[in-house]
Amino acid sequence: MLTIERAVVDAIFAHARRDHPDEACGVVAGPVGSDNPARHIPMQNAARSMTFYELDSMEQLRVWREMDDRDEEPVVIYHSHTATEAYPSRTDSGIASALGEPNAHYLLVSTRDPAVEEIRSFRIVDGTVTEEPVRIVDATVDPHAVQTYMFGQSPATVDYECSGR
Amino acid sequence: MAIEVRIPTILRSYTGGAKVVPGSGDTLAELLSDLDSRHSGLRGRLITDEGGLHRFVNVYVNDEDVRFLGALDTKISDGDTVTILPAVAGGAFGFAAAAAILGNRL
Repeated sequence: MLTIERAVVDAIFAHARRDHPDEACGVVAGPVGSDNPARHIPMQNAARSMTFYELDSMEQLRVWREMDDRDEEPVVIYHSHTATEAYPSRTDSGIASALGEPNAHYLLVSTRDPAVEEIRSFRIVDGTVTEEPVRIVDATVDPHAVQTYMFGQSPATVDYECSGR
Repeated sequence: MAIEVRIPTILRSYTGGAKVVPGSGDTLAELLSDLDSRHSGLRGRLITDEGGLHRFVNVYVNDEDVRFLGALDTKISDGDTVTILPAVAGGAFGFAAAAAILGNRL
């Protein structure tokens, strides 16, 4: 299970929507072993493609070194799909398995629909993709308050005409 | 000759968990063979069957990407630091494209 703060999710989506229709990519760092994605680091997609992403090699060196200096590791590695669902492609799992970050949660968001937040998380180890639930915690909300969540949906408009989407 | 080699998390199983290991060699190719003599199998994760550096591995000699320094022929000197990082890449590509990129590693 991936536990992640609402503020970090919002920052990831803001980044993905900014870069849309190119795929956006980045990392959320956290203390080594904590499994807590605390520090959002949006990064450049060196491929600048609508269907492919690759971290710029020099930026990656700088960020990985910075994490190492701070005793952090990449807890979340995220990228966006801009026209397809938020599920890892064969490229995603193939590249991540050939050599990857074994402890990272591979987070996928999809920006194919501007009114919907699609966010899913996966572990990719040895070619095997396993989906895991995403628990979004909101530090500004009283944890004991009663809340309802419509997971995966955050409609920005109300459809009075029931156009049937 | 002392070269400091920084190993990424995913390859530390070859180095007994060590993050940094020593190595020697005048070129990157020699260094990788040298590392493989003590950490068997490490070289095979970085070099393709055709003998070139894997497309999705980043190797840096003193903060410079070796793709711009001659890849496996990159010259290495005593006191240099070599850093290996797995490339982070992927996307919505179809299977055929992925297979082409990854060769027979899929």
